[in-house]
Order: sequence, then structure tokens, then C-alpha cells
Amino acid sequence: MKIAVCAKQIPDPATPYELDPEHHWVVRPDDQVLDDTDRYGVEIALQLAEASEGSVTLFSMSPAGNLQGIRQALAMGADKAVIVSDPALKGSDALVTAKVLARAIEQEGFDLVIAGTESTDGSAGVLPQQLAELLGAPALTFAKAVEHDGDTIRIHRQTPDGYDEVEATLPAVLTVTAGVVEPRYPTFKGIMQAKQKPVEQLTAADLGFDAAEVGAAGSAQYVRSVTPVPARQAGEIVEDDGEAYRKILELLEQAKVV
Amino acid sequence: MKVWVFSEEHHGRPAASALELLAKAREYGEAVVFHVGAGSAEAFAELGAHGASEVHHLDPGDTLAAAPAAAALADLVGDAKAVLFGMGNLDRDVAGRLSARMNRPVASNALDVISEDEGQAVVTEILGGTLRVVKAITADDPAIVVVRSKAFTAEPTGGSAPTVVPVTMPDVGHSGAVQVLERHEEPSEGPDLEAAEIVVSGGRGLGDAERFKIVNELAELLGGAVGATRAVVDAGWVPYSLQVGQTGKTVKPKIYIAAGISGAMQHVVGMKDSSIIIAINKDPEAPIFGIADLGIVGDVHQVLPKLIDALRERGN
Repeated sequence: MKIAVCAKQIPDPATPYELDPEHHWVVRPDDQVLDDTDRYGVEIALQLAEASEGSVTLFSMSPAGNLQGIRQALAMGADKAVIVSDPALKGSDALVTAKVLARAIEQEGFDLVIAGTESTDGSAGVLPQQLAELLGAPALTFAKAVEHDGDTIRIHRQTPDGYDEVEATLPAVLTVTAGVVEPRYPTFKGIMQAKQKPVEQLTAADLGFDAAEVGAAGSAQYVRSVTPVPARQAGEIVEDDGEAYRKILELLEQAKVV
Repeated sequence: MKVWVFSEEHHGRPAASALELLAKAREYGEAVVFHVGAGSAEAFAELGAHGASEVHHLDPGDTLAAAPAAAALADLVGDAKAVLFGMGNLDRDVAGRLSARMNRPVASNALDVISEDEGQAVVTEILGGTLRVVKAITADDPAIVVVRSKAFTAEPTGGSAPTVVPVTMPDVGHSGAVQVLERHEEPSEGPDLEAAEIVVSGGRGLGDAERFKIVNELAELLGGAVGATRAVVDAGWVPYSLQVGQTGKTVKPKIYIAAGISGAMQHVVGMKDSSIIIAINKDPEAPIFGIADLGIVGDVHQVLPKLIDALRERGN
């Protein structure tokens, strides 16, 4: 099975994000990390590839930076990566990103495309479905369990009060929730090997896009204003000395709920 | 100008999001609904009572409706003003596909949609609700918008029965070939999370699935509902129906008790509008303390049992 995994490099979520004052885009430092939600997609891809003697290629659209995030996914065991990195792509919205990724993935060929359900930084949550439509593929979305049998992929799809068993045949798109598998940690050997693995870098033009079709120019939505929301006033913080539960009780009494 | 609302049927009723969206759609234009499901008379009547003049109904049978619904919608919406979706999984599936099919952007996580001289825009909040963003849409109408839960308040208008127009399943070839083999329900107990006056939620800090149960115990004593963070749902301790946050439920109870919850942005956006927030966490640096009315720095497994005992003594 030839598997494409969408992997996003994002600013470390542990540090506060910055927006550039002119366009209000997230400032992307050189050393971005792999979006944690993508580790689940990488893991399920590795398991499916191991079971089908397949391959795993990562696809990412971002400033390449030092590739730290992509190396994390390669260290887990992905075979190679294709990065579409180009200043012309700055300001791309989800649809433009989906178009770029779709073309890169089509060029490489695929049986299965795997993505998380939404990124941690942008969280638009619609890119995989846009990608599926552009690729003419069925989409098995919001999977919390995945099985495969030959050309058939079957998932447990999260629903408001349980799950549906849903199946489709390849080629297909699959989106996974973070509950789907326990992602492996890279081994020392994996980390060393990741440094040697092929990372192909493409520009928008390499994929046949004009500058006007991508980036902010190609995106039909833009941030016009950003204003701070009045912060909720933090209240009383107390260290538990064994009696702090009384504070909770008092507050519940004041609110007349007990 | 028509404003379309996406509705998925659930136990014979429209999704809560569809009724919320109708409250906006009927003041924003002429509210019409695209309804996916078996098509119960009650569902149609309820959509009508919330202001829908027409309901276009697609019954997908055992096919996952995403691709055929998007194809059918693309043919129907023409130059409508907007197509509004909720945060449901099928909503997002159809919104994404419709966007690619019509070559128009999706404005995600919207809290409002506004019409201005230059065109339409959506209002949203980013970075855990600390920044308010206005996003202008420069594409031709219709605007495709995915709206957060509880951005609008559902309210019946007493409207009459809508005109129901059946929609034929379009043949979209391989894209549409997704079969639903079986549906499983995980029953949940206690009051409805989204309507409860008191919500007790637990996070990873509780330790494991077994020790999470203290949250259920406290919720039951207080007559409240149980909630959870995404991390806890992903770990399989509790079902997804209990998830509070951006990709789960949005709650605005009178009292929200956050036990062992650090306060990740994705969680906070689903509960920050609660009237009173009480947080218990070991880590004094946990972001949840930044929004709590009362924060207890301590071990939840020390604090909660004492609270439970005290409540029991009072006869709660």
C-alpha cells in the first residue's frame, strides 16, 4: 500500500503564538515541531505499511525551516518526505493548502492518504475533506479504530453518541482522531536514520501553480482585524492545606446550588 | 436571499446545531434547510417551527452522505447568500467537500456571520478565545461557514410546516462509495451535558479511567453532568459524547468544576463562558487557573473525597 501522510510543522504549542502585525499570520520560527495530532496518522500509516509491505511518504506545506518537525516523523519510521516550501505560499488558507497538497500527492501517486482531523494551530478542520474531493477519493473520517483487508479499509467513525462501522475501498482518504493508536517513540537508530532519509523540496511552480493561485493572493479570505478579548478575571487561588475543599463548598453554597 | 442550514437527523430530530443556525439564518435571509437522514415528520416540523420555509431532504440510506450531500448542495445553493454548517463530523465533511467542489473557502470556527458593504465576514476567536478576529470573505456568494456550537441560541418562532423537497442521491462515483455497516451507541447517563446547570469535568490529572470515576460521583451528588477533556476521551476513559472543547461540546453552566484539567486552549473554548469556574490541579502554573474564579492547587484525589464526604454529611 502506498501511503501519503499529511504532516504539519507548527510553532511549539508550549510557547505563546505570535501574529505578525501586518497580515495577522502566525509567525513561524525556523525550529517548528511536528503537530502532535499528526503522530497518530504517522503511526497508523506505519502499521498499515508494515502489514501490506507498503511505503509511507510524508507531505507537508510549510516553510521548511530546519525540518525538525518532519525529522520527528521520519524518525518514527516514515520512508521519505515531500515538502512544498515557497514564500509564495504564505497566507494560504485551507483550500489553497489542500490544492497544493493534492497536486503533490497526485504527482507521487497514492493508495491511501492519512491526516489528522484538524491541526493544533489553525484548527480549520476541513482540509482532509477538501483534499478528498480534489483527489476524487472517498473519505473515512474521524476514525477511532482502523482495520484493513486487501483493498478495503474499515474504521470506527466517531459519532455524537458512539461510533459507526464504515468502510471504503482504496484509493481513499482517512482521518484519525488521537485515540486511534498509541504512537511509537523514535528509537535512537530511527533518529540517526532520519537524518539520511530523502526530503524532496518543491516550489509552487514545480507543481504548476501560478503565484496568483496560491498564498494570500489565491486565498479568498483574509484576517481584517484582530482585537484582544477582555480577559476573564482570575479569582482566588489557594494552596490545598487539607481544608481547601471548604472553599469549594462555600462557593457552591453562595451560588445556591447545594 | 437564501441562507442554507445543514441539518443531520439524530433519533428522529434535527441536530441541535441546525436549530441554532436557523436562529441566525432567518434574520440573515430566507432560511432553507438541507436535511440528511431518514426524514421524520417531527424533524421537518421542528425545522419549520424554527423558521425554515423549505427543507430539502436527502436520505442516504446506508451510505455515508458526505460526498453525495456536497454534490447535491453544490447544485442547489446557486448564488445563495451563505451555507451554514455546525461543528458535527458530517457537517465538516460536507463543508470541506462543498468548498473544494465550488472553489470557495470555508470560514471555520465562526461565532457570527456579518454582511457589510464590501461583502461578508465572519467573527471568530483564536488562541483560546483571547483574540477576536474578523475574517473577510472575498469569494463570490455563497459564503461557506462552519459555526461553533452555541454561537446562536435556538428559539422556535412558531413557523408553519415547511415545504419538503426530496433530493435524489447524486451518483458521485468512487468518492461516494462509503458504506455504513453498523451503528453502535454508547449509552450515557445523567443530565444532558449541554443543558446542565452544573458540570464536573475531569482531565488527565485524574490518573486513569478507574480514578476518573470520582468525577461521576461528585457530579451525581450535585445533580450535575459529567464532562471530560479531549485527552481523556482519546485515552478511552470516557466516550466522546462527554468531550468538552473545540471539537466536542460547548457548555455554559452556572458552575463548572475542572478536576485535573490543565486548561489547554482546545478545552477552554468549550467552557470559558461558564458563570463560575472552579479548578483543582496540582500544577500551580496550569493555565486553567488564569480563568478560574476559585483555584485549588492540590491533589484532586485529596480534595474531592473530602468535598464528597462533606456534601454527603449535609445530606446532598
